[in-house]
Formats: sequence, structure tokens, C-alpha cells
Amino acid sequence: MRLHEYQAKDVFADAGIPTPPSALATTVEEVVEQAEEIGYPVAVKAQVHVGGRGKAGGILLAEDETEAREAAEDILGMDLKGYTVEKVLVEGAVDFKNELYVGVTMDRGAGQPVAMVSTQGGVDIEEVAAEDPEAIAREHIDPAFGMHPYQARKAVYDAGVPKEVARDVASVLTTLYDLWEDTDASDAEINPLMITEDDEVIAADAVLNVDDDALFRHADLAEMEDEAAEDDLEAKANEYGFDYVRLDGNVGIIGNGAGLVMTTLDLVDYYGGEPANFLDIGGGAKAERVTNALDMVFSDENVDAVVFNIFGGITRGDEVAKGINEALGQFDQIPKPVVVRLAGTNAEEGREILNDELVTVEETLEGAVQRTVEYAEDEQ
Amino acid sequence: MSILVDEDTRVVVQGITGGEGKFHTKQMIEYGTNVVAGTSPGKGGQEVAGVPVYDTVEEAVEAEDADASVVFVPPAFAGDAIFEALDTDLDLVVAITEGIPTQDMAKVNKRLTETDTRLQGPNCPGIITPGESKLGILPGNIFSEGNVGLVSRSGTLTYQVVDSLTQRGIGQTTAIGIGGDPIIGTSFIDALEAFENDPETDAVVMCGEIGGEDEEEAAAYIAEHMDTPVAGFIAGRTAPPGKRMGHAGAIVSGSGTGTAESKIDALNDAGVPVGDTPEEVADNVEDLL
Repeated sequence: MRLHEYQAKDVFADAGIPTPPSALATTVEEVVEQAEEIGYPVAVKAQVHVGGRGKAGGILLAEDETEAREAAEDILGMDLKGYTVEKVLVEGAVDFKNELYVGVTMDRGAGQPVAMVSTQGGVDIEEVAAEDPEAIAREHIDPAFGMHPYQARKAVYDAGVPKEVARDVASVLTTLYDLWEDTDASDAEINPLMITEDDEVIAADAVLNVDDDALFRHADLAEMEDEAAEDDLEAKANEYGFDYVRLDGNVGIIGNGAGLVMTTLDLVDYYGGEPANFLDIGGGAKAERVTNALDMVFSDENVDAVVFNIFGGITRGDEVAKGINEALGQFDQIPKPVVVRLAGTNAEEGREILNDELVTVEETLEGAVQRTVEYAEDEQ
Repeated sequence: MSILVDEDTRVVVQGITGGEGKFHTKQMIEYGTNVVAGTSPGKGGQEVAGVPVYDTVEEAVEAEDADASVVFVPPAFAGDAIFEALDTDLDLVVAITEGIPTQDMAKVNKRLTETDTRLQGPNCPGIITPGESKLGILPGNIFSEGNVGLVSRSGTLTYQVVDSLTQRGIGQTTAIGIGGDPIIGTSFIDALEAFENDPETDAVVMCGEIGGEDEEEAAAYIAEHMDTPVAGFIAGRTAPPGKRMGHAGAIVSGSGTGTAESKIDALNDAGVPVGDTPEEVADNVEDLL
């Protein structure tokens, strides 16, 4: 789960990392009110999950009320790389002389956490990593012990952080690691960590991505999930407990098992279609999950045809077939054509159960995908 | 011949009294797996499908002289269950459980450097040596005995490819699912090395997917160390960056690492044909044999 900046900043501030005064606003009047309260100059920052917000016009500075009003009018409701901005963070602008980067993430190759510090903050850190990897100091952490204090100091010295602030930056990094661990985060980042003229350090941005698989032990963070979701369909998928990713195409895809669903997407593309989504109904799916899955895919207005691809291991073909009949039986008219391919456990029984008037049955994966792509083209 | 498991492997099922554990214990026994014990804290002394249940893995291993365990414990407790198994002298621990927090697995990963026990998974379908033994949830009926080894990050994709092979009369020595999580025990390279050393395995199928760099590392290994020919498949060509495609490990990072393209290129460079469709993978295996 990816938190919004304002959510992440709350978590960082609670842990003791210095952040500028800020408040969330959803209307122009609220922006002006909050700006008055915080004191000018302020930054008005779009709260959407988009990289490079600043360059795209999603962050504006305001010196006074007129500028705050203009910034709010510009940003609220704007389309930022496909996302409509509904919330902005109004934040006291920080006068800085330096911008650093600090972050903690899981290095999956090494199978252990890594803490990172760089003096090239305020820019896309992935670009820095690609072009000048030496500019980022990295310290791998033994997760059984946590980060030793010397490791935080070492990362800060290795990165060449100015002496005057080294101790404070090391302290921020230590706090960041602890909160990364405490929140079961996958990534915790501050970019930029600003250094003021008075050598104070302040987190001007905050990134916190939490491991979805660990949300069961973080009720407080799980509560933020609905607010963090950006897409109605993705919110619905959370509710149903599906792994779902929305894409741009018009061929709806339902399957079991991540690798096989990805392969089905790839085949749709291979045969000239465009996938509308990734939807994994998981292992052992029963009739109700099948009904919910069809509901999900039909809710996407872009979908022109649906391919249902099940290879039964734990999942039983007859159960899936019953679910498909039940779900489609509820419609007077099937919204979009559905092609079904069943293989593996009880697949034959399943194919016998399926109602030919409701769905098209195909024996092979390749055949099912080609047929669905044709249907989707015909519907357009 | 086969790798890692055969008809003599003595298996403990961790979490044997749960729904999944119970169901798949019966399935494994039916397939011919030598299931000698199960564990479930507080349920010691009971029996499941005729298999004695113990409170701890240590007791089960000592009493029944087990070699391997298979973990069906729910995700919140699975990290602990793996630690428990690693504290015995088992040769192999197969973790089926999906959804174990990554930070729990980072701690397990550290422990693995201190033990000789091999971990397979988590979030995997298990391992099967057709006609002899299966540990996990793989549907036994689609596999057949033969001379092709298979290693994959995904369960149902494995079934899809195996089905294509079996229907052409191409059987398997052993099929091993290494799991779709970011941190796993047995890697592609570990499995490839075992297949290379198995005289019965004449070709290997490797099914990878987007995310991480394991496939690239495996490609380098194949180029340098393998005489046995390998056919490849990579899932996730159409996955957009930054979106997790079901598996926690299947994500293309914003900086463009972990893409299908980079993996396919690396495999091609290592002389591995990569099929566009599962059927094409089976075609390639036929050619290699």
C-alpha cells in the first residue's frame, strides 16, 4: 500500500522526524485559510501518486493570498498524468541551502534491508542511481539486529554529508529505519531532506509504502488504505480481496495464479488485443468469488469482452463453472461476451456444466485468447 | 533419478490440522508421498489421515526420522514455522504459504546462512518427482515420468507448461516451484545446478516473470556452467512499471529494472530460446531433445 504524502508525513512526524507545518485542503477557500494559519510563503502540493509532481505543475509556491488562491485553482481538479487532483497539502515553505536524500528499502537481491544516503537530493533518485551510482552511499542492515548506530554514521560520512549536520542526518536515518521496520514498510524515503541556513534538517517530502502482506498487524495503517486508493475499481478490488491492476485496454482478463494471469495478458497482447486489467482470483476459488470477479470486470466501462482462464490445481473446474453460470444467469442480457477456458482439476465436469448460451467455451489457452480478442474487436 | 525428493523422502506436514494442511496431506498420500508425521501446536497425539500429529517439529523429526517438511501454516505464523523447521536437521523445508510479510522473510533469509537446511518457497506450489513423491499442492495427474526438469516462479503457469509437455508425451524428472515472493530460499540457480548434476535430466524448462534480477543471474549461470539445454518463458511482458502483478515479487521498478525484455535478452544471449506462448515453449523443448 502506497501512502499519500500527507499520510506518510503524519507517520514520520509521530516518529520524531522534523517536518514543516502543513495541513490538508480540498477547496480553494481551505487552501487560503490554511496558508494564513501557517504563514507565507507556502507550497501547495497535489496529493496524487505520481512521480515528478513538481515538473508536471503539481507543486506551486505562494508568497501571498492572491498567489495561494491562484495555486489552489490551478492544482485542485487538474489532471496529473491521468489522476485528478482532489486534495492538496498546504505546507510552510522551507528556505534551504542543501537538499539530501535518505531512504530505506528491501534489497531483494541481497534479501536484506538497505539504508541509503545521498547529497544529490531533490531530484529523481532512480536517475541518480542509474547515472551516478557512486553518489548514493548504501549500508546493508542485518534485520535480526536492526541498524547499528555506527552504520547510520558510516552511511552519512560515506555520502559526504556536511559535518555541521552529520549528526542530525544520522539521527533522521536511524529514526527512518526504525519506522520502516515498525510499519513493515517496503520503502521509506525522504527526498528532499532539506538543510536550512541555520543547519536544521527538515523532511520536505515523505514516501512510505507498506507491505500489503503485513497490514494484518497494522490496523492503524490499514485504515488509511481507502483514502490511499486512487481508483474506484481498485478500491472495489480491495473490498473483494482480489489482486487487481487496471490497465488501458478493452479485453477483460480473469484467471487463477499470478504467473498464468500475466501470461494471459501477454497472450492478449501477442494476438493483437489490449488487456484491460490483471485479475487473479487466487487458489481454491468458489462460486461467490467467481461472481465477484465478473462483477469487477463488467464494472470497467472500457471492457468489450472477457476471457476467463482457469487451470485447476486446488481450484476446481466444476466450482468455477457453477459460479460463471450463476453470475451470468442474473443478467437479462450478458453485458459483454465471455470466453471460458477450463483445464486441470475437474475441467471436463466444468465444461459440461457451463451454459453454452451464456459463454463461449474454448479448449486451449491460445484459442480462448484469440477468440476473446476477436469479440473485443467486433464490439468496438 | 530426480532432484531433492524421491520415493524415500520422509515428510512432515507443518499445519496438518488446518483445512489446507488436511486436504493436501490426503492428496500427497494418495499420490504416493511418504508422509510420516504432522505438526500442530496443542494437537499432539491426534491423527490426520492416519498420520501421527506432534506439537513440535523437533518431536516429529526425532520420532519419525523425517527428511523434509512442507509448511501449510497461515501467513501470520509461517515465518515462525519456518524458523522452527530450520532449527532441526531436516534436509528440505518447502513453504507453500502465500502472503508472508517480507520483513519476516528477511529474518528467515539471514537464518538460512547459518544452516545446511534448504528452504524452497515461500508462496510456491511445491515440488514433485512424478511417480514417486510430491510435497505441496501440485495436481499430480498432469505430470508424467520423463527426462525434462522444470523450475518456475509461478504455480498455475507451471501446470500450463507441464500440461503441454505431457500431452506431447514429454515427461518430467522433477518440477520445482521456487515461489513468487521477493525473498525466497531456493533460487533458479540452485535448481538449475541440481538439474545439471542429474544424469536423468536431458533438458530444463525455466519459467520466470518480471521483477528482480534472478532470471538475469540464472542466464549468466546457464551460459557459464550448464551443458544441459534450457528452454525459457517469461511472464509479464505487458506489465506496467510500478504495479505489483499479483505476486509480491512481480513488479517492474520505476527505474526500469526487472522488465521482461531485459530477462528475455539475457536468456537469449545465454543461448536459451524463449517462447512467446506456452505452446511455443513445448515446441522448443521438443527441438532441444
